[in-house]
Amino acid sequence: MDKKLEMNRRSLLKGSAAAATVATVGADQLLNYATAWAQAAPWKPEAGAKINVLRWRRFVEAEDKAFMAMVDAFQKATGVSVNISNESFDDIQPKASVAANTGQGLDMVWGLYSLPHLFPEKCLDVSDVANYLGKKYGGWFPSAEAYGKSKGKWICIPVATTGGLINYRKTACEKAGFKEFPKDTAGMLELVKALKKNNTPAGMALGHASGDANTWLHWALWSHGGQLVDANDKVIINSPETAKSLEYVKALYDNFIPGTASWNDSSNNKAFVAGELYLTSNGISVYVTASRENKAIAEDMDHAYLPIGPVGKPTELHLAFPILTFSFTKFPNACKAFAAFMQEKENFNPWIEAAQGYLSHFLAAYDSNPVWTADPKRTVYRDVAKRTLTPGGLGTLGEKAAAAIADFVVVDMFANYCTGREDIKGAMAIAERQARRIYR
Amino acid sequence: MKELTPWGRLMVNRNWLAIWFMLPAAFFLLMFLAWPLILGVWLSFTDARLARPGVFIGLENYEWLLDDSVFWLSVFNTLLYTIVASIVKFAVGLYLALLLNRHMPFKAIIRSVVLIPFIVPTVLSAIAFWWIYDSQFSIISWSLKQMGLINQNINFLGDGNWARGSLIFANIWRGVPFVAITLLAGLQTVSPSLYEAATLDGASAWQRFRYVTYPLLTPIIAVVMTFSVLFTFTDFQLIWAMTRGGPANATHLMATLSYSRGILSGQLGEGAAIATSMIPFLLAAIMFSWFGLQRRKWQHGENNE
Repeated sequence: MDKKLEMNRRSLLKGSAAAATVATVGADQLLNYATAWAQAAPWKPEAGAKINVLRWRRFVEAEDKAFMAMVDAFQKATGVSVNISNESFDDIQPKASVAANTGQGLDMVWGLYSLPHLFPEKCLDVSDVANYLGKKYGGWFPSAEAYGKSKGKWICIPVATTGGLINYRKTACEKAGFKEFPKDTAGMLELVKALKKNNTPAGMALGHASGDANTWLHWALWSHGGQLVDANDKVIINSPETAKSLEYVKALYDNFIPGTASWNDSSNNKAFVAGELYLTSNGISVYVTASRENKAIAEDMDHAYLPIGPVGKPTELHLAFPILTFSFTKFPNACKAFAAFMQEKENFNPWIEAAQGYLSHFLAAYDSNPVWTADPKRTVYRDVAKRTLTPGGLGTLGEKAAAAIADFVVVDMFANYCTGREDIKGAMAIAERQARRIYR
Repeated sequence: MKELTPWGRLMVNRNWLAIWFMLPAAFFLLMFLAWPLILGVWLSFTDARLARPGVFIGLENYEWLLDDSVFWLSVFNTLLYTIVASIVKFAVGLYLALLLNRHMPFKAIIRSVVLIPFIVPTVLSAIAFWWIYDSQFSIISWSLKQMGLINQNINFLGDGNWARGSLIFANIWRGVPFVAITLLAGLQTVSPSLYEAATLDGASAWQRFRYVTYPLLTPIIAVVMTFSVLFTFTDFQLIWAMTRGGPANATHLMATLSYSRGILSGQLGEGAAIATSMIPFLLAAIMFSWFGLQRRKWQHGENNE
């Protein structure tokens, strides 16, 4: 008994020592790399630089740890002191807007969608960083250029995007008669109806959820050929195509679990992991959480692209995370160095591995990261930055498009019709008016 | 004696002296109270956007608001929210105050317990309510289901009318203690001898309330209700933490809509116009009680013109 206990204690000690060694080796390696990088990098941080960085609050814990390890190495190697603060998805934008308006408080913001385009004149030109990374890592995907550039200059560095893809329970879908996930919108509607009949309902957010609601509802609009504006930024939302997409989403909504009109970004995560929800659209965070907290659900779930609608090609919108530097920062070189450092492969590879599929890259070279193939359930998320359209739709991705998405114009149009507040004409007319106001 | 210059005379004249002494205070008032207000009103006449100054565009923002159904919905919501919540808060608050004014064991403890909803930070209580109203995990839905009264969850925040009701309830829960405790303070100033005299005259409980308590309480009621209406009208945190104006704008108040348009989508001018539109309503509420308070009838009771 004693001996066994001794053994246990010894092996335990040995084990934890080994784990500790691994951890320190990892950190040391990162520091060595960072030191070498700091000497060779084209951006020499200002002496005594202190930068304040605001980022969105993580949904995957390990991702945050890897990010902080990287920040730590950067601080030690360059002597720049980096202060990171976290805010939830919905609170990033107001904080960033206030900083942009008052010209103080923050140096960099790692935010959502087209945030930098809300105040392009307050963003530092980071074309040198973008070109450096693009050249070194196989080039940017086209969506990255759309997100990053304003009037020919890069105003932010697209860091990663998180895919808003279908999360579904395999057994429930098989029971509903679908061996694999349907590839077209009509098929998905059949599936959602059948799921409701089997009392294993689907549900997607129709509330003011910056991530979930915007992504899937823009997909729904575009997949039927509806558009907020045309290529000349003229408002064209009031169209038969939009009407069809409204009908489609209403049919889905009627078969959803009750309450989706009040959902925020975390509602579907909770319901899915608790086993009450069998199909939703989300990042990979549901799977990551389920793998830790509810293994049975993780085993039974899988992911799929959003189906293709009448327009005949993918029309997904995913949640991009670009990082911007304010033009009023006192330490532009330190900020540029940090933005470049984040996406060097020595940092980026372990980081996206830690994110377990939550962060998808904008640089072609990272397609080969093993995180995308080690678990086949993650593979679909590899391609989201390649597939994503941008919030501008057909029009320019500028401050007007950024305002329209921030104001939930499209989301509210669908919610107005689905909750029965307005008929199709009324819902479209309201959205048209709101869009006109923004695009005037 | 040396002749004073006109300026010198102003410096020592007693009447002018008063003005000199008031100037610093007036400066602070203007700087910190009036200036932001003036700036807000000015912004509403410009097309200012975040991080970019605007140019004067006259009433254009207001013209856009005039036929904006979402704006009018928010006006309706704000009035509904304020009126219903204020009336219920007053009724419940007065009832509670009358109860608490009685002699009972553990009086002090009970009185302080009543204040709890008021002490809890608004955002915390809003988050608690958000859980209570959650569409999937609501404790209310769960309990009713266990009791077999309903067979599917109540859509508290996902249905327009349910959402309005739920928010108004949460606001009432938060606001009642303020009304109750203030009215209680008012009740304690009513001299017991008045009740004794009324009792000797054979007044019933209702008559004692109607002819003694109520008239003496009116000034306090006027003040409390003014504050209560102002707080409710400008409520923001509760709505923002729970629905962000959803579902489909059914719970947008003017304050939340102004924030959403001004800060979130960056149209400062329009946000300022919505905020400025709140001023007439607030002024009306203040004027009502201000002139009310001047009247002797309000101060000294019904039959004392």
